[in-house]
Amino acid sequence: MLGYLIRRLLSALFAIWVVITVTFIFMHLIPGGPFQTEKAIPEAIKENIEARYKLDQPLHFQYLDYLGNVVRGDLGPSYKYRGQTVNDIIAERFPVSLQLGLLTFIIAIVLGVGAGIIAALYQGRAPDYITMFFSTIGISVPSFILGTLLMYVFAFRLGLLPAAMWGTPQHIIMPAVALAGLPTAFIARLTRSSMLDVLNQDYMRTALAKGLPRLRMIWVHAVKNAIIPVITYSGPLLAAILTGSFIVENIFAVPGLGKHFVTSIYNRDYTVILGLTIFYSILLIGLNMFVDFAYTLVDPRIKLMGSKE
Amino acid sequence: MQYPKELFVPLTEKDVQAEMIRPSITYWQDAWRRLKKNPVAMISLVFILCLLLFAIFGPYLSAYSYSDQDFDRRNQGSSIEHPFGTDSLGRDQLVRVMYGARISLSVGFVAALTTFLIGVIYGGISGYAGGRVDNIMMRIVDILYSIPFLLWVIMLMVLFRELFPATGGGAGLYSIFIALGLVFWLPMARIVRGQILSLKEQEFALAAQTIGAPKWKILFRHLIPNTMGPIIVTATLSIPEAIFSEAFLSFIGLGVSAPMASWGMLASDALSSLRSFPHLLMFPALAISVTLLAFNFLGDGLRDALDPRMRK
Repeated sequence: MLGYLIRRLLSALFAIWVVITVTFIFMHLIPGGPFQTEKAIPEAIKENIEARYKLDQPLHFQYLDYLGNVVRGDLGPSYKYRGQTVNDIIAERFPVSLQLGLLTFIIAIVLGVGAGIIAALYQGRAPDYITMFFSTIGISVPSFILGTLLMYVFAFRLGLLPAAMWGTPQHIIMPAVALAGLPTAFIARLTRSSMLDVLNQDYMRTALAKGLPRLRMIWVHAVKNAIIPVITYSGPLLAAILTGSFIVENIFAVPGLGKHFVTSIYNRDYTVILGLTIFYSILLIGLNMFVDFAYTLVDPRIKLMGSKE
Repeated sequence: MQYPKELFVPLTEKDVQAEMIRPSITYWQDAWRRLKKNPVAMISLVFILCLLLFAIFGPYLSAYSYSDQDFDRRNQGSSIEHPFGTDSLGRDQLVRVMYGARISLSVGFVAALTTFLIGVIYGGISGYAGGRVDNIMMRIVDILYSIPFLLWVIMLMVLFRELFPATGGGAGLYSIFIALGLVFWLPMARIVRGQILSLKEQEFALAAQTIGAPKWKILFRHLIPNTMGPIIVTATLSIPEAIFSEAFLSFIGLGVSAPMASWGMLASDALSSLRSFPHLLMFPALAISVTLLAFNFLGDGLRDALDPRMRK
C-alpha cells in the first residue's frame, strides 16, 4: 500500500514538473516576450522592466528561478495588472469557482446517480425511456449552448432568475445547472448500465430469495456495487467542470477564476495564463490522485500492485 | 448387395452449385450488415452525409457570401430571402451556418486523421516493441493524459496566436488543426497499444516472424490491419470531441477570426444580443448539438458493429 502511494505521488510530481517546464518553454517561444505592445517603449524603460521581472537573466537561470518560486507556492506577478500577483488573483477568485464547482459536482452526482438507478429499476418502461432521452440530449449539448438557452428562458422570458453576476443563492443556480448538464447525463448512463449489470447478478436473486425488503436490497446490495464506475468517472468529471467553468462563468459574468483565465487570454497576460495553467494542473493531478486512492479504499477487490494501468 | 444402375448419374454443374455453402463474408461486410440493422446509426450516417453535402455545396448555391453585409437588413428574423434570418451586420445567417459546417466538419475530420496517423504509429510501436520502450512511451502518454485536453489546446493556441500573428483568419484554422492533432492522439495510442500487445502473441504473428518478415512489415501489414475495428471507432468518436473543442475555442476567442464563421463563433456572437434576437443563437446551437449527437450515435453504432466485444 505504502509503495503504491509513494509511486503514485512521484508520478504526479513528475507530471506537474513536465507541465511547468512545457508552459515555461511555451512562454519563452512567444516572440517579443510578455511586454510586446503596440507602442514603442524607450530603451531605458524596457531595460528597467526587464530587470524588474528578471527577463535580462540567462534562460536557465530564469527557469530555475521560476521553478523555485512555484515550489514555494509563488506563481509570479501579473504583467497587465501592476501590483497584482497570480496568487492574489487565485485567492480572490478561486473561492467563487470552488463554490460553483462543488454545487455542480453535487448536482451531477446526486441527479445522475438517482436518474441512473431509477432508469435501471424501470428498465424498458417509461421512466427508463424518459431518463435515457434526456441523457442522450444532455451528452450532445455543450455547456455554452445549455447556458445561453437557460439564460434566455429563465432570465429573459420568465424573469425567474437573474441573468448574470454573483452574490445571492439565485445567482448560482443557472451556472451550476449549465455546468452540470453534460456530466449528469453521462453519470446517469454510466449508473444505469452498471446497475443493470449488478441487478442481474446471482447474489441479487439470493437477496430476493431470503426475503430482504426491496428497498434495502437495492440500496445495500445493488447501489453500493453499481456506484464504483461513477467514482472512476470523478476524475474526468472534475476536468469537465473546470474547463466548462471557463465558458459558463463568462456567460453568466461570474467573477470566478475561469472567467479571469479567459480574460487573461484576451489580454495576453502571459504570466497569469502560465500561472493559472500550472495551478489548474496541480489541482487536477492532485484530485485525480485522491480519486485513485478513494477508489482503492471503496473497492477492496482492486489490487494495488496491478493498478498502474 | 446390388445397386440399380440408374442411381449412378454424373454430377451436373447445377448440383454442385446447390451444394455450395453461402458465400463467405469478410469482416467488413459483416460489420456493414450489423451497422445496417442499427436504425439510429444509419439515420446518423445519412444525416452526416447530408451535412457534408450541405457544407460543401451549400455556400455555392446561396445568393450571399458569408461576409456580405447589408445594413438595411440587420437582425432580421426568418424570411424567404434569409431562411435563418440575418445577423447584426446584415449577413445571411443560413450561409454563415453552412460555412460554419465547413469549418466544424473539416476540424473534425482533420483531427480524426491526425489522431489516426500519430496514435496508430505511436501505439503500434509502443505495443510491438514492448519492454522498456513500451514503458517509457506509455508513461509519456500517462503524463500528457493527466492534464485535460482543453488546457493543452488552449496553451497551444495561445502560443500559435503569437507565433503566426498577422496571417489572417486561415491561420487560426490551421492552428486549431495542429493543436488538436497534437493532443487528440493519446486515447488512440492507448487503445492501439493494448490491441497490439495481445495480437503480437498470436500464431499468425509468430508465423510471419518464422518466415522471416521484417518487423515493420509484421506491425503494419499484419498487426495493425487486425485492430482496424477499434481504431475506426476511436477515430469516429474523436470527431465530435474535436468539433466541440473548436466551438469551445471560438467561444473563448481563440478560434478562427472574423469574418470567417464557425458554429462556436456564431453562438458566441449571438450571446451579446440574446435578449432581442434569440434566433441568432437557435440555428448554430441546433447545428452543433445535432451534429455532435449524430457523430456520437454513429460512433456507438460502429462500435457495436465493428467490435462486438467492446459493447457495454
